Formats: sequence, structure tokens, C-alpha cells
Amino acid sequence: MTLKETAIIVESLTRKFEDVTAIDGLSLTVDRGELFGLLGPNGAGKTTTINILCGLLEPTSGSVKVGGYDVRKEPNKVKKLIGVSPQETAVYPHLTGKENIELFANLHAMPREELKKNVDELLQKLSLRDHAKRQAGKYSGGMMRRINLAMSLVHDPEIAFLDEPTVGMDPQSRRAVWDFIRELKKQNKTVLLTTHYMEEAEELCDRVGIIDNGKLISLGAPQQLKKQFKARNLEEVFLQLTGRRIREDV
Amino acid sequence: MKLQRVAALAKKNLLALVREPGALFMLVLFPVIATVAFGLSFGTAGSGQPAYEVGVVNEDLSGLRWSQYLVGNLSETMILNVQNYSDRSVAQSDLSQGRIQAVLIIPDDFALSCSSFWDSPMDPSRWINTTVTLFLDSGSLFATQAIPTIMQQTLSVSVYGIQPTSASGPVSIGSPSLVDVSKLTTFDYFAPGFFAFFAIFLIMTVSQSLVFEREKGLLRRIRTTPTSSSEFIASQAVSNMIIAMIQVAIVFLVATLVGYRPLGDATSFASAFIVLSIFSLCCVGFGLIAATLAKSSGAATGIAFIFIMPLMFLGTFVSVGLSAIAKEAGKFVPSYYVTDALTSLFLRGAPVTSPTILLDISVVTIYSVIVLMLGIILYGKYGKT
Repeated sequence: MTLKETAIIVESLTRKFEDVTAIDGLSLTVDRGELFGLLGPNGAGKTTTINILCGLLEPTSGSVKVGGYDVRKEPNKVKKLIGVSPQETAVYPHLTGKENIELFANLHAMPREELKKNVDELLQKLSLRDHAKRQAGKYSGGMMRRINLAMSLVHDPEIAFLDEPTVGMDPQSRRAVWDFIRELKKQNKTVLLTTHYMEEAEELCDRVGIIDNGKLISLGAPQQLKKQFKARNLEEVFLQLTGRRIREDV
Repeated sequence: MKLQRVAALAKKNLLALVREPGALFMLVLFPVIATVAFGLSFGTAGSGQPAYEVGVVNEDLSGLRWSQYLVGNLSETMILNVQNYSDRSVAQSDLSQGRIQAVLIIPDDFALSCSSFWDSPMDPSRWINTTVTLFLDSGSLFATQAIPTIMQQTLSVSVYGIQPTSASGPVSIGSPSLVDVSKLTTFDYFAPGFFAFFAIFLIMTVSQSLVFEREKGLLRRIRTTPTSSSEFIASQAVSNMIIAMIQVAIVFLVATLVGYRPLGDATSFASAFIVLSIFSLCCVGFGLIAATLAKSSGAATGIAFIFIMPLMFLGTFVSVGLSAIAKEAGKFVPSYYVTDALTSLFLRGAPVTSPTILLDISVVTIYSVIVLMLGIILYGKYGKT
């Protein structure tokens, strides 16, 4: 399936939980093959945005298109295009790492040969081959997160939603995941990444959108934003925009 | 519906059975241990001694052999150990002190009554009517349930030489059942209820696993894939039907090893697998409802027991000894019909095509469809998040 040039279109998106507005009139676009970072502190609305983009949550108002399909009207077409790596590691502890990945490949109805090839490649790339036959419940936190990531990408999705993919990882595992994400970009995949690690966004993203309290407060390439705000890094950009450090709440 | 998805999810559920100690214990080891324990306690394998002590007071001094024949037949049953008493007050004293579980009083006109029947079997006006009196230990659950049936059956065979289909005769024996008492043990009476009893615990494991998957974000994750609700529910149904069949096979195997020898043929066994597979769908439905109501894994266990308890107490072997009202209430739970069908198959030797069994299977099927649909609707609407 081919994607239109614009992979993700979000227009005037609002999501309220009773009297709390989690997303407030968010509008943005992500081009095909772009690695887009959604930055913001905890509670800014990043995960809520991803949940709406992948069809888990209904928006209160506004429209969302992924791969050219309206998420509300054609959720099944969207689900065939996307891979979602949730913020909290969601793996079956009684299954081995390999079985967890295979399960999600099967849920995407992958042909057997392709499934086997993709699973082996992912285990290799994420340095999990030696632990593939151990039950995931016995993995370290970093290994668990890498399996979490592999489960979302095994079916080779056109669009990947990676919600805080490196949170809690040791520096070595984080580097490995960064390399893996860069490779996705080389394959012309569209990646929407949420993070509150500013160095991660600077390292990986073509463009970033900074959100705070559900509102998009700045949008552009990391270099462009740093130049615009005369800042040494994105942390300082956020500080100038909000008067707070992004990780104060973490 | 993609079978690949259903098979992958069902495999995931079945691997949990093998790899998670809690599920393995509840669904496999618990049935094995309980069957062995009951089998050894109440079956033929556990002991050469009969299970119940029964006192017999023979007041028939006519010299005819009818009463000796009856006592001999009682002794031949593997469940009774007959002790002869010459005085009914001594026997009743032993009963009141718990030394024996029942007293049978053979009246002085017993032989005359039996003879009168055989002298004119077709002429009731010439029969001498009499009553055999039975006293039971009211504190013994098993004695009150099992002994009267065995007594009645043995009396029928002793007096008439056949298993009667109607209660026509001079000796009052109540309504005879079609139980072949000379070969049956207490375990044989309870075994049909075992199968439903163990399957009921699927409710708990289904609800626990669903709530666990919800708590861990696994259900949300699956919802980001093209997997439909129907595929997810189908995987639950398939895996739990397989688990139910594994349970049945294990319980049959273990029960056989400890001496269980049910009546029936291969068709009866196949029917048992079918009935319990259908019943497992009902348990999945109850599991879905429990998972919908539960907010945590711990709560899932508690809520599952709200469904488990009535199904267990009113519809399985545990229901033996319940009050008349509770027995009537049992007719409203599906496990009652599962147990009844298996009792007809394995205890009464009824054919699969008998109206009773067909009715039982129909009721279990209707019940299972309704509960499963209700579970799917409630879980789909309120249980996913």
C-alpha cells in the first residue's frame, strides 16, 4: 500500500476527559518518510495524541488522517499501516521474546516466510538473538523495552508511533535503539516519536513539535528552533517558551 | 475472521497454561490431585474395606432364605460393610454413637411377603405387604445420599431377581433407580460431577487473564493491530475448549487409574467431551462478565467466585446432600445439566440418544450461547478499558 506524501494530518484536534482538556486544538502534519518528534513534559498530551492517531481514543473534536484514511471512519485500514510501541512495556511475560514478536506478526497476518525473516532480523538488530528463547518476564528492563519495540515493527509498518521508546534504558541500549530508528528513516518509513529527552529529539528528528498543556507551542527542525530562540539545545528552547525545564515533572 | 490471528492468540493462551504455575495448578494439577484424593478415599483403589458400616437386624425367623439372600447381596456391594445385630436397640445405639452409618430392619414377615409375591406374581390381592425399615446417620452426608439408593436397588434385585421398572410388589422399597449397585462405589456416584466441577474454574482463569492483559496494556496493544473483537473472543473460546478437553482426558485417566469404571461406550466418552466443550463456552462467557466487572486481577478472582460458587454447589457433585429447595435451584445452573448428562451416560449407562441426555445437552448449549453472547456484549462495551 502506498502512502500519500503527507502521512499524518491532524487538524484542530481536541480531546477532553470530563473537565480536563488533554489536547487543545492541535494541528500538525507529518510528511511521508519524515521522523517527527513530539516533545513535551509528562502530561503534555503526547500519549493522548498517539492514542487518537492509532484509533484507541475518540477525539472530542477535530479530524485525524493517517496514511490518507480518516482514523474514525476507516480504523481498520489505518491499523494495517501502523505499528505502535506503547510507553509502558506491554509484553506477555510467559512468552519468550521471540514468541512475543511472532504473536504480533501473526496478528498482522504476515506470511510465514516473511514473518520468520523479519523476526530474525529484528532480534539481530536489537541485540536480542541470544535471549530470544528466554521468557520475557525474566528480561531486564532494557531488553523488555527492545522487545516492546520489535513487537510494534515486526510487520514492517509504513508509519511507526513510538511512545517514549527509550525511557528507562541504559545509554548503550538507547544508542542501539537510536541506530534502529535511524534505519527506519533510511527505509523511508514515517516515524512519530514522543520523548521528553531533548537530546534524543535533536539526535534523531527531522522536525519537532513542542507541546505543553495540550497545545502546540512550537514547531520546526531542531536546528531551526535553536537558531530562532538563540538556544544551545532544545531544553533551552522549552525553557524560554514555558519558563520551566521539561524534565522538572519527571 | 483470520484463522492465523485466532490460532496465534489461542496458542498464547495455551502456553500460559503450561508456563504459569497458577494456571497450571488450577486447571491441571488441582483436577489430578482432587481426583486421586477422592478416588483413593471413596473408590475401589483406596482400600479393600467397604466405605460404610451398615447394621442389619433380621427379625424374620421364618427359616426361609429370603432375608439371608438380601443380607448376602448387601454384603457383596463394595460400598457396604454389613454387621448383623440380634437386637434393634443395640443397633440403634451404635448408630446414634456413630459406630455405624445405617440400620436396616428386616421385618418378621419379610420372607412370607416375598414368598407371597412369587406364589402369585400376577395377583396383588394375594400378596402380604410389608415394609423394610431403614435408619440413617443424619450427620453423614454421603450415607444419607448413597445408602438409600443402594438399599433400594439391592432389595429389588433380592426380592424380584431383576431391576424393576415399576414399584409393584409386596415389599415397600420406594422408587428404585437404575443403578447397578453391586459394582459401584461412592466415587462412581460422584465422578460425573467432577468433570463440570473442574471446568467451572475456567471462569476464574479467563477473568484473571483478561484483567491481567488489560492492566498490562496488552489488550490496548492488540487493539492497535487489525485484530477484531470476534477474533479475540474466538481465540478465548478455542483455547478454553481445548483446556476443557484436556481436563476431561486427564480426569478420566486419573480416575481410571484409581479404580473408576464408568458404564458407557466410546460414544459416551465422545459425548462427554462434547458436553464439556460446550460448557467451557459458558465458562468463557462468565469469565468475560467477571472481567468486565473487575477492576484488578485480585478483584477478578473474587468476582469469578460469585459465579463459581452457585455453579459448583448447585450443579456438581457438591450438590449431593443439598436441601430440596437447593436441588430445585440447581435446575437453573448449567453445570446441573452437565452433571446430569454425564451421570446418565456413566452411572445409568443411558445411550447418548436418550431424551434425558439430549435435553441436557440442549439446555447446556442454549445456556452457553446466551451467557457467552452476554459476556461478549458486556465485555465489548465496558470491559476493554
